[in-house]
Amino acid sequence: MTTPGDTARVYLDHAATTPLRPEALEAMLPLLTSEFANPSGAHAESRRARIALDDARDAIAGLLGVGPGEVVLTSGGTEADDLAVHGGWEAVAEGWSHSARPPAVVCTAMEHHAVLLACRSLARRHGVELREVRSGADGRIDLDALAEACRPDVGLVSVMAVNNEIGTVQPIDEVAGIVAAGSPGAVLHTDAVQAVPWLDAATCTAPAALVSVSAHKFGGPKGSGALVVRSGTGLSARIGGGGQERGRRSGTPNVSGAVGTAAALVATVAGRDATVAWVGGLRDRLGDGLAAAVPGVVETGDRADRVAGILHLRVPGVEAEAAVIALDRAGVAASAGAACSSGAVEPSHVLVAMGLDPVGASSGLRFSLGVTTTDEDVERALARIPDVLDRLRH
Amino acid sequence: MHWPGFPTSSTACDTRPMRVLVAMSGGVDSSVAAALAAEAHGTDDVVGATLKLWGGDSDSGCCSVADVDDARRVADQLGLVHHVFNFAADFEAHVVDPYVTGHAEGRTPNPCIECNRHLKFDRLLDRAEQLGFDAVATGHHARRVRDADGTWRLVRGADPAKDQSYVLAMLGQDQLARTLFPVGEMTKPQVRAEATRLGLRTADKPDSQDVCFIRSDVGRAGFLADRVPLHPGRLVDHDSGADLGEVDAVELVTVGQRRGMGHGSDGRRRFVTAVDVPTRRVTVGPPEASYSSAVALHTVAWVAGPPPGVEAGGADAYAQCSAHGVAVRCTVRAEAGGLTVVFAAPQRRVAPGQTVALFEPARPDHVVGSGVVR
Repeated sequence: MTTPGDTARVYLDHAATTPLRPEALEAMLPLLTSEFANPSGAHAESRRARIALDDARDAIAGLLGVGPGEVVLTSGGTEADDLAVHGGWEAVAEGWSHSARPPAVVCTAMEHHAVLLACRSLARRHGVELREVRSGADGRIDLDALAEACRPDVGLVSVMAVNNEIGTVQPIDEVAGIVAAGSPGAVLHTDAVQAVPWLDAATCTAPAALVSVSAHKFGGPKGSGALVVRSGTGLSARIGGGGQERGRRSGTPNVSGAVGTAAALVATVAGRDATVAWVGGLRDRLGDGLAAAVPGVVETGDRADRVAGILHLRVPGVEAEAAVIALDRAGVAASAGAACSSGAVEPSHVLVAMGLDPVGASSGLRFSLGVTTTDEDVERALARIPDVLDRLRH
Repeated sequence: MHWPGFPTSSTACDTRPMRVLVAMSGGVDSSVAAALAAEAHGTDDVVGATLKLWGGDSDSGCCSVADVDDARRVADQLGLVHHVFNFAADFEAHVVDPYVTGHAEGRTPNPCIECNRHLKFDRLLDRAEQLGFDAVATGHHARRVRDADGTWRLVRGADPAKDQSYVLAMLGQDQLARTLFPVGEMTKPQVRAEATRLGLRTADKPDSQDVCFIRSDVGRAGFLADRVPLHPGRLVDHDSGADLGEVDAVELVTVGQRRGMGHGSDGRRRFVTAVDVPTRRVTVGPPEASYSSAVALHTVAWVAGPPPGVEAGGADAYAQCSAHGVAVRCTVRAEAGGLTVVFAAPQRRVAPGQTVALFEPARPDHVVGSGVVR
């Protein structure tokens, strides 16, 4: 129950980032203190760090359904996406014999900016034809439009596993079938950053040759992520130097990050079924409660198509930018889609890709729940959010 | 430190604390405005906001990430919550587009005034009210005072060299009632000294210059050339109608302009007296032809309603025709759809699109209103 004067904060922005899991913190501490060595050295200190790194890689690979040699550790999801798009495309382009033109690229228009801007950068710098595939109003990729875009001239296709703003799960199996049929020379990448907390990543990303993950979305540390590069898939390095990660990503390994990532992933996978049931129930209660209390509110996408943690709402007549600030004042941390480098809220390109106009695309509010969300959080949220939205309505 | 004239509560009998949203551009004036507001109202009831106005390239003003960083760090230092409001779409629609269209049609709009009219004292005031703030404070050098009858007055800033009442002369009672100018009583050196005393990182930051959305290396000509077709035009003599040569782009010429117009056969400088984009003609004349005795205004705004006499025989006033111009005696008369300002002595022609600010005859530092030149 909530009481007047209750000032406890409610954190509903887990899709932006999650608190570090205690298991991850505990696993990381020795690597930040006594076991500090560079794993590439030839001495005992290095060997201990090397073992920690290798154990972490084995655990991450196993839970993603691949071998340790197929995991390239990165500084996070954005670097994994950038490496997949640029490095994956470049490797395809080197052996390209389909036509004199460089291989074309296909992605969805609702990709995270890490993928979208990497694809656009390819298009700008290498004259690559980029086909951005729209989504349906349900927030899922338009498979007919994808089939139309997937022609034999395509060298790379990138389709996210779960959309980061509205939480819709994309049908990667069907996508893979379409890509194989229409673009046999293409490599398929999936940004699975938002999938790992909620879905069996090993299964749902299996059809993709390249898979991006990010630790801090599932209770791991920021600055740590991985790109799965399935055996037989070419990849050109973006960062050269000491040749770490089998020459695919140079730089002294972030051992503590890898260890924290592994520990968080182990805990996430072990508790996933229970978490999905628990958080999904809280999300539904929040969604149902707000639908009942806020006239005109629209929930984006079918719940059956969405991961358990994300509730995306559009509130006609309310600007999301003002709503997020007013909610913050009322003690609720929520988000309004993508934020630019200055911190300003931009109209959501995801909602635009779904066919909304700029005003509609500026009215989206994301409440994202996580492992640490409680009943009391939802009670407090339901006690505070309707008033805030009501006051903002013109 | 407490500066005179800075209110500490909205009304004497209102015990609820006043909540103030400070528009922080990342410059020194609004940094000190935030500091003074925090001192007067407490850090819990003052919030800083930086407006993201321009999505394109710029090197100054209110738009860059570096300026947002400065504003945020000053707010952090003062213990204030800080937000960024993305008003880029409104800025484009109400400031940039009309600026470009105006030039394409031979007018010279003042983007700072349109930004104040549509963004800072409309969109931002609305947003502030929506979020439960009682007032918006800005770093403008101007003063808001209240007459005995309760009427809000807009008064020139205490520093004559930095006075910005000209660019605020479109404000009315509704806006003034919800606006604070914390640095209006201070001179610029006092503002900088206060910023230095508080150790604010913006203390020595140079004043913003020119149009905030135009990069200095691109310039007005380059900015406009990217957005509208520019046309060469003929230079025509004001008296004889003789063809005097060519200008590169008629859209870039402003009434009153002297630069690039050369000299007449009498050896005296030539001034632009008229620009006609459709016929691609720029009329130039000697200094005396560049003066006019009256100017017609539209988009008229009054601080506290029209002054007595303006509807009938005319009202005395002072007219200021540019941001740093000298105010001159005039008579103001209502006309259909606007105003006519008749100067006591002829004035240099004011370009269409520019603003004329009007001041009271008896209290020449008090703004009466403003209008835009036809």
